[in-house]
Amino acid sequence: MELENINPNIFKKSDERPVSESEKNENTVDPIDSREVFDLIRNINDPEHPLTLEELHVLEESRVEVDNEKSFIRILFTPTIPHCSMATLIGLSIRVKLLRSLPPRFKISVQITPGTHSSENAINKQLADKERISASLENSTLLEVVNQCIARSNR
Amino acid sequence: PQQLDVIQKLSAHRGKVWSVNWHPSGKVFASCGEDKTIRIYNQEKDAWVMQAVLSDGHTRTIRDIAFSNCGMFLASASFDATVSIWDKKAGTYECNSTLEGHENEVKSVAWSVSGQFLATCSRDKSVWIWDITANCEEFDCAAVLNLHTQDVKKVVWHPLEDILASSSYDNTIKIYKEDPSDNDWTCTATLTSHSSTVWGITFDKTGKRIASCSDDCTVKIWQQYEVGNAEGISTPDNEPVWKCVCTLSGFHDRSIYDISWCKLTGLIATACGDDHIRIFKEADNSTKNEPIFDLETKILAHKQDVNAVKWNPVIPGLLLSTSDDGDIKIWKFNNL
Repeated sequence: MELENINPNIFKKSDERPVSESEKNENTVDPIDSREVFDLIRNINDPEHPLTLEELHVLEESRVEVDNEKSFIRILFTPTIPHCSMATLIGLSIRVKLLRSLPPRFKISVQITPGTHSSENAINKQLADKERISASLENSTLLEVVNQCIARSNR
Repeated sequence: PQQLDVIQKLSAHRGKVWSVNWHPSGKVFASCGEDKTIRIYNQEKDAWVMQAVLSDGHTRTIRDIAFSNCGMFLASASFDATVSIWDKKAGTYECNSTLEGHENEVKSVAWSVSGQFLATCSRDKSVWIWDITANCEEFDCAAVLNLHTQDVKKVVWHPLEDILASSSYDNTIKIYKEDPSDNDWTCTATLTSHSSTVWGITFDKTGKRIASCSDDCTVKIWQQYEVGNAEGISTPDNEPVWKCVCTLSGFHDRSIYDISWCKLTGLIATACGDDHIRIFKEADNSTKNEPIFDLETKILAHKQDVNAVKWNPVIPGLLLSTSDDGDIKIWKFNNL
């Protein structure tokens, strides 16, 4: 397969998140924060490059929004090029990783950073359609590709 | 008691429960979901009890189910691209026909009031109408309607006539009927006003109104105007036209997945992605051309998205709901 974006910009990865004393205490309530959610998804692989979504700046911690009280999480992701045909697959991988990792009470919205893709609205609508997402996860070929993308983030 | 009380919770399914539907007797219902099973529940004394599990019909998620109006048959629609017809002739439900034709996920199935037709719709953008021979022995394709530009989410028949409505990811609702001169099915109206996917549609008891619910977080009420209507609304093709006469916005916080208009009480129930059920009632000062609907009650119904709501066809105020949380709940609305 021909690569769409042959020379992507590569950025530095974040340092490991320091674990505080209060987090080690099993008795304190520890709400899920944006860094924790970012940690779940930053090592997802790009479908085209042996690089993570963080290294490509597809995902950034500042574009992860967590509202614990309303159990709402919004992720904005930025395709490396505005015509990226992999954008839906990347969004699906982020969604699946979060569905598998977070408590089911969370409502998860995965969208393209406004203005960064030519088919932004169509892709956002597709990623918000839970029936299409459910059906696609029963497609074994597609599921395998998604699992490959998120495999490294599980380590 | 609250306005809406939960009578019973049933937690038999594994994973999402996508749909639920009443038997026309009001004494039986069926549910289906991600676990590829159909479950049949009977009323026994004061409780609803699971009577059967049908697990050999489909290889993928079962998205929707519907009992025929005669009560003898059950149809199920699956992501495996097929529709199964189950009958109870031998005492237990057996799958006696499988309808193939859709290219991919079948999302909704519905029997016409006359018992003559079955309608199905799919992600392949088509609506199929199947002509049923006596005793449901054969289903012949009467029409393949490729009028939507995106996947078709729901098919619903008119309560009194063999007129079909469908709703789609393309944000529209379409109405179809058969031309008796040549048995051709044609689209007689396209209803546009929603700004995103129309997940659900439901007729009122007269069939002259439709309520629709959408990913745009609104409910819309549509009024039919017949040829020669008193309001003077033009009917260009000598077909009734449908106008959006009411939009309920600001009530729902997320996508609305299903809507049910009770034929007995006139109440409208909605199933929402914010885990709530809401019940709307037409106001006393409401009119045909400018209807007014008030929110009667809003209740946190499930732990996850509510996928379906269905009013009982016989017992006023009895409501079923299903959710991604794997549960089915039976509710009683007290303010009738």
